[in-house]
Amino acid sequence: MSHAALTVRAQVLQAIRQYFVERGFLEVETPLLIPANAPEEYIDPVTALPWQLQTSPEICMKRLLCRGHQLIFQISHCWRANERGSRHLSEFTMLEWYRAGADYRELMDDCIGLLRQIAVCCTSDGKFTRFGKKIDPTANWLRIGVQEAFLRFAQVDALASVQNGCFDELLVSQVEPELEKIDVPVLLTDYPAPMAALARLKSDDPRFAERFELYLAGLELANGFSELIDPEEQRDRFNEANHKRQLAGRSVLPLPERFLTELSTMPPSAGIALGVDRLVMLVTDAATIDEVVAFRPEEL
Amino acid sequence: MLSVADLKKGTKLILDGDPFVVTAFDFVKPGKGQALYKCKMKNMINGTTLDRTYRSGENFEPASMDERDMEYLYKEGTHYTFMDQQSYEQVVMEEDAMGDAKNFLLENTKVSVLLFGEKPIGVSLPNFVNLRVIQTDPWIKGDTSGSDSKPATLETGYVLRVPPFIEENELVVIDTRTGEYSTRVKG
Repeated sequence: MSHAALTVRAQVLQAIRQYFVERGFLEVETPLLIPANAPEEYIDPVTALPWQLQTSPEICMKRLLCRGHQLIFQISHCWRANERGSRHLSEFTMLEWYRAGADYRELMDDCIGLLRQIAVCCTSDGKFTRFGKKIDPTANWLRIGVQEAFLRFAQVDALASVQNGCFDELLVSQVEPELEKIDVPVLLTDYPAPMAALARLKSDDPRFAERFELYLAGLELANGFSELIDPEEQRDRFNEANHKRQLAGRSVLPLPERFLTELSTMPPSAGIALGVDRLVMLVTDAATIDEVVAFRPEEL
Repeated sequence: MLSVADLKKGTKLILDGDPFVVTAFDFVKPGKGQALYKCKMKNMINGTTLDRTYRSGENFEPASMDERDMEYLYKEGTHYTFMDQQSYEQVVMEEDAMGDAKNFLLENTKVSVLLFGEKPIGVSLPNFVNLRVIQTDPWIKGDTSGSDSKPATLETGYVLRVPPFIEENELVVIDTRTGEYSTRVKG
């Protein structure tokens, strides 16, 4: 990683902190080594027996919401086993923030504010450049529902694709390449309920969940949702994830029991995770995540 | 068998009976979704390309290739016949698979032939070959048109641009990787 890229990375971290501190968020640090993550069908934790490294700081951050903290953010390292590609590292840096008393729409506004500030602080012209194309975060952002995006770009009903088990393939091969062509930031909203294990369902259409993803030039940057706060429903979804893992020959994961116990005291909230390495890729117009970290795992 | 996670740029595998080489490969994982592998592949026989997305757990048959020293014998229609230098067996290659090599190949040239099973699918030439110019217009002294090259036809029928001082019947050195004139063969 060049000195210039390291410098930009430091500027991005600084700008994130400034943005949230100015808006009354408390920066928190929670343990990285924990007894249990939220079990997910396709995320394998890195084990540090008898515990695990966090795949995301969500479990501990939500417990802070249960204890009355209203606006919190954290920048921390996360680990996910066997993830390595041009946009994936097994160890990566995640920004998460939570708002008590809010839903996913307020997180979308946060994304808009944050990306505009990052562009001002960390780019030469207030715009992001990716593969020669300018993306202006001060323009109107495109908000498009997952269902509409699937119908428009893949000519397929999103719910049907979930039934057929080809949602992920269509997203990656048909939808994301189209999002790459859009020259404003994109908020892809309202995922089919089965694709949102920790999100609240939409009250007017429970086939979909209040979950969204932020894309810039096809680069997936953040995933946010209105949090599920029903402990019974949450336990059922964790068990369902473990059941699917078992059927697929993956390890069955321990449940975060203290989190499930405290969840009944969590206020309605919204939370979001943003990949900091990918944000630095965007700011530096880097083709691969390798270019924005001090060391690649292969160099260690 | 090859697992999809073992694929990388340059891996050769069999798809629908044809050999393909992986030209680009990436691990992708949409948020909360499953691990997928995006793969670009090129058919090693006819050069067509494919974009495919695979799930983890998919397996492929590796395409084993064999390279043998052969002598180019002759061409008949669209068929090029080569002879194995060790076994003296003859193999026939389709013009499609020859690629640009056909522009630089003279009878009795020694080459390396790539085989997929028993099927020849490609020729590796030396980086430089000497070929004779059979037709080119003479250089007119005092030409002030400013042109620094002119067309020439080689004994293989291949037409390229050469410097104005090259004359008919001269031997020239061609870079087979670019198909361009390199230098004249000093006699």
